[in-house]
Amino acid sequence: MPPADVPPRRASPPEEDFILEVEGLHKEFPLPRGLTGTLRRRPRKAVHAVDGISFDLRRGEILALVGESGCGKTTTALTLMGLITADEGTIRFNGQDVTHLGERAGDRPRASIAQVNGRMYRKEPSVFPAITMKRLRRQMQMVFQDPYESLNPRATVLESVAEPLEVHAVTRSREEKLARVRQALEDAGLSPAEAFMSRRPHELSGGQRQRVVIAGALVLEPVLLIADEPVSMLDVSIRAEILNLLDELRARRGISILYITHDLATAAYFTDRIAVMYLGRIAEIGPTRRVLAHPQHPYTRALLSVIPVPNPRMRRQRIILGGETPNPVDLPGGCRFHPRCPLAFDDCARTDPPLILVGAEHQAACLLADPG
Amino acid sequence: MGVADPQPPLLEVRHLSTHYVTDEGVFRAVDDLSFRVMKGESMGLVGESGCGKTTAMLSLLRLLPAAGRIVSGEVLLEGRDLMALDEAEMRALRWDRLSMIFQGAMNALNPVRSVGDQIGEALVIHGLAPGLGAAAPRVGELLEMVGIPRSREAHFPHQYSGGMRQRAMIAMALACSPQVVIADEPTTALDVMIQAQILELLERLQRELGLAVILVTHDLSVVAELCHSVLVMYGGALAEYSNVDRIFNDPRHPYTRLLLSAFPDLSRPEGKLISIPGHPPRLNDLPPGCRFAPRCPQAFDRCRLESPSPRLVEPGHWVACHLYEEAALDAAG
Repeated sequence: MPPADVPPRRASPPEEDFILEVEGLHKEFPLPRGLTGTLRRRPRKAVHAVDGISFDLRRGEILALVGESGCGKTTTALTLMGLITADEGTIRFNGQDVTHLGERAGDRPRASIAQVNGRMYRKEPSVFPAITMKRLRRQMQMVFQDPYESLNPRATVLESVAEPLEVHAVTRSREEKLARVRQALEDAGLSPAEAFMSRRPHELSGGQRQRVVIAGALVLEPVLLIADEPVSMLDVSIRAEILNLLDELRARRGISILYITHDLATAAYFTDRIAVMYLGRIAEIGPTRRVLAHPQHPYTRALLSVIPVPNPRMRRQRIILGGETPNPVDLPGGCRFHPRCPLAFDDCARTDPPLILVGAEHQAACLLADPG
Repeated sequence: MGVADPQPPLLEVRHLSTHYVTDEGVFRAVDDLSFRVMKGESMGLVGESGCGKTTAMLSLLRLLPAAGRIVSGEVLLEGRDLMALDEAEMRALRWDRLSMIFQGAMNALNPVRSVGDQIGEALVIHGLAPGLGAAAPRVGELLEMVGIPRSREAHFPHQYSGGMRQRAMIAMALACSPQVVIADEPTTALDVMIQAQILELLERLQRELGLAVILVTHDLSVVAELCHSVLVMYGGALAEYSNVDRIFNDPRHPYTRLLLSAFPDLSRPEGKLISIPGHPPRLNDLPPGCRFAPRCPQAFDRCRLESPSPRLVEPGHWVACHLYEEAALDAAG
């Protein structure tokens, strides 16, 4: 363990250690003002979906991004995948800035629209990248939440899993394609692969469908997998097998995984680090064991206390936060958690606490957090 | 059968079987299910999707879809057999004595009528108020009971958040002060914090109103937090039935054991998640012996030939498994 005063990130390890580095990522979605609003020149409002988050992901690491609905976890994932453009901040993949990649070769890099003090301006990308977003997606793939909706019901498993190979024109011959698909299916735990290739989604169970979706992501041999709530639609008895599969993929292929979930309990099982998000910011980030054993942010503590424990002998006091996550349009001043925080005091309404180091690699954004 | 109690049960279900008759054959969705619920007790009904939980509950209310048939069994509510009532009597009793919070019901609110009106309607239909106007005080009271301010009564469902809509559904289920409330996956689509709020609400209402609650869920940890007794269903039949402490700390049925180990438990994060291999049986094509035998790590010859019926292995603890023999009769208490 490094001494506590060394910043956890940027203790200048070689860049190659990180597969993904995100810094100061912002994304907001402007709301329509309506006719009266436009005529009266009311300031344009926006949903602050992601409001300045930074984190990184090491090679072969599994990081959980945890939070309630509307906290910005999925927006973060979509921004990383280049499916929506970031307003501000940089995303580095393999040490290369990929924030503003164009979709196809020859495309202008995408500029973004940013807003400062109510004025909109066009932000030109800082780099002219050599690769395209499409090319980049060979190396990072995403698994979505609902295996019932993310497969084409009329395509066979073979067709679904082979599609990325065709889109990216990776394989030259049919044999090569078949071999890649077979490998991907078996890596996703569908074995023997031949038995599944000609089936259609309705002939598969929920767990098998999610495995097919994962195989479709694996077939391009990505180095980074973004899994957005991959088990929340699945029955409890098959959740474990999908989570164990993700853990196994990391062990076998050295793949890095960003696991997005609202469920701290599943994250606890197989992730290395946890980042807890609240209203577009990271409230606390640190090694999984540490965050679970010594949560520093009151929000993390509350989240942990309400997770039901499957043991009736351990019924305990829950810290139930009143109300729901506030609307990310009108963010509260000061600490954004203070209106719901059981420990809030005067200063919390005024000061927006930055993430500070509270232990080895463990940071929390709270005025009460104990440094060191 | 029940979890040993001297007073008569509020709700007693005896040998209930419900089948769906379809073109693809007969689906034996509920097979010989028996349990009892006391006043003020909450029972968890647990099992994987498609194991017959919801069908069993719809059978109690006699609200099965057209293909559903209650083949046999008795449902005694305060001593009256619901299966013997005619439709008019059943309609009078439904909601009044026995109500249900349906799965995904928070999305079933009528979008063009205010929430207050929709709750008031239930009161008017059951003759508890002559008109919507007269129902207003009770509607306000019901909303406050579930933690929604009276002032939100005139609002429409789209002005409510998911958690509030679920609260409104609970208020609606409680409109006629029923004795038994069946909550089918009441928190499944909700965030953990909202889930905790709803569970706390159910717990409080149960304590204050002396309600009996049947909580239908696939989430064992919710059951551990809230319920007194637990019935584990597998493939339409009872697998294990006992009080909550025995189910979690001394489970006997191999399925219950596997289900528990498949569940992430924050209190022991070092543990490994174990998945249950295979799939639940198709209810129109059940295996000849025990339904769990094809997936059971402890199955032996008898399991593949003979279907085990529930046996009392100790007072108040029923297990349907050939690994256990009926306990001595005097223990049945």
